[in-house]
Amino acid sequence: MTAPHPGPSGLSLADRSPSLGFHHISMTFPDGTVALQDVSFTVNAGEFVTVVGPSGCGKSTLLRIASGLAQASDGTVSADTGSVGYVFQDATLLPWRTVRSNVELLAELHGLPKAERARKAEDAIAQVGLDGHATKYPKQLSGGMRMRASLARSLVLDPSVFLFDEPFGALDEITRERLNDQLLELFAAKRFASLFITHSIYEAVYLSTRVLVMSARPGRIVGDFAIPFDYPRSPELRFDPAFSELTGHVSAALRGAHR
Amino acid sequence: MTAVADNTAVTDVVEAQPVAPPSVIRPKRARSITSLWPLPVGFLLILAAWYLLTLRMKPNRRFLLPWPHDVVSKGFLDGEAMGEILASTWLTTKLAVFGLGVSIILGGTVGILMYRFKWYERMTFPYLVALQAVPILAISPLLQIAFGYGFFAKSVVCIIISFFPIPTNLLLGMKSVDRGMLDLFDLHGASWTTKLRKLALPNALPSIFAAFRISAGLSVIGAIVGEQFFQKGDPGLGQRLTQYRTLIEYERLYTCLIMSSLLGIVVFIFFGWLSNRVLRNWHESAQH
Repeated sequence: MTAPHPGPSGLSLADRSPSLGFHHISMTFPDGTVALQDVSFTVNAGEFVTVVGPSGCGKSTLLRIASGLAQASDGTVSADTGSVGYVFQDATLLPWRTVRSNVELLAELHGLPKAERARKAEDAIAQVGLDGHATKYPKQLSGGMRMRASLARSLVLDPSVFLFDEPFGALDEITRERLNDQLLELFAAKRFASLFITHSIYEAVYLSTRVLVMSARPGRIVGDFAIPFDYPRSPELRFDPAFSELTGHVSAALRGAHR
Repeated sequence: MTAVADNTAVTDVVEAQPVAPPSVIRPKRARSITSLWPLPVGFLLILAAWYLLTLRMKPNRRFLLPWPHDVVSKGFLDGEAMGEILASTWLTTKLAVFGLGVSIILGGTVGILMYRFKWYERMTFPYLVALQAVPILAISPLLQIAFGYGFFAKSVVCIIISFFPIPTNLLLGMKSVDRGMLDLFDLHGASWTTKLRKLALPNALPSIFAAFRISAGLSVIGAIVGEQFFQKGDPGLGQRLTQYRTLIEYERLYTCLIMSSLLGIVVFIFFGWLSNRVLRNWHESAQH
């Protein structure tokens, strides 16, 4: 657990060292399906990059490659990270563990001493606003709370890169927007490099510093939008004309990708 | 019920409020009232059926199925009979517990090996099925040559009969680990033993407990069958059954049968209780 990375507190928006880079990544599955084709982009420290694309375009494969869970058939990934936070589509909490014990899991796998584990878990639980629910079991939590517990589990390791695989896709809109705001608060505080996958254009534009649009299979980057709004962003931003205009552009690129 | 006859309790008993999750709101008492009545009713129905069957038998054949009250008076209430039957029940219990224990340890090991090595699963599984299907009667002479007549020979029968559910259910439970959770453990470099301890085994707990319940019942059957094959040694329920049949003491024979059923019920309830205790916080199968 001796991460070469200095830790997120020293980072700022000006810090532009690439945390995660994809260089000409292609992915062909054994059955011949081409999931990704020549994908290149980088995610710098302090950047929030979101990939939107139609279902099955290989967005999730991108994260699996970034994390090392899958090997690209072509191209290289560069990651200067000590630890990667990976938030899955499902909360993947262990049902036999309490929230606290679930949040401690990764620290446990990395062999952190018990006292440190407990302290970090406590902090992470507070950061996602789950204080008072630490002794509950996942079964007793709502979908949104489970996702927050899942987020807290990753926060414990203080990752410099966060991968999000449609984490809020299964939630209702109200919960999703609340969690979006909470995630932005965390991002503002920690400035980790984020690679976020979603099929919601609004979510993409609301969260990100940059939105990439991916085509249907084989997945290629067909649109690249810088999102200029300052952080912290308020929920009213969603009704700003400039916001609507941007989502319109992303949407058009996405429709183009479908053809 | 008079003790709790204040208003709130009564209304809750009559109709649990449908608004909140029932497990939270519905008081324990209401549950036990609605869930306990089938027990005595079922018991009375079986008793009635028994009386009816005995009644319909020709009087000279009635010794085959004596009246229930005769079973109680000449079996359960007869000090001498009950003394030897209780001693036998205790012997059978020890045999069944030993057999079940060995089944759990051996079966657990086999299950874990099958989970670890695909080739081992392929190699072993057909023989597990074969072992389960083997007619014990046919191989009893073999067992006798190999293991003699003693405690161990009997427990081998018990093990063969109670073994199968343990490794198969364990394997099923471990294999049904969520793909995302495996990814999570892989992502953080968890070793195979860590994945086993912190993921696969806890995940298999519900199916392990299901297996325990099945195997516990089977181990009682196995113990009695084993005792019936190998009549030598201290008499357990198996020997008593043979003995009472030969002596035409059918009241005592039925007492033995009821005792063996009770033994099966006790182990079943024990593992059910254990399962509920362990799983109550997280698994749907556990009752609150």
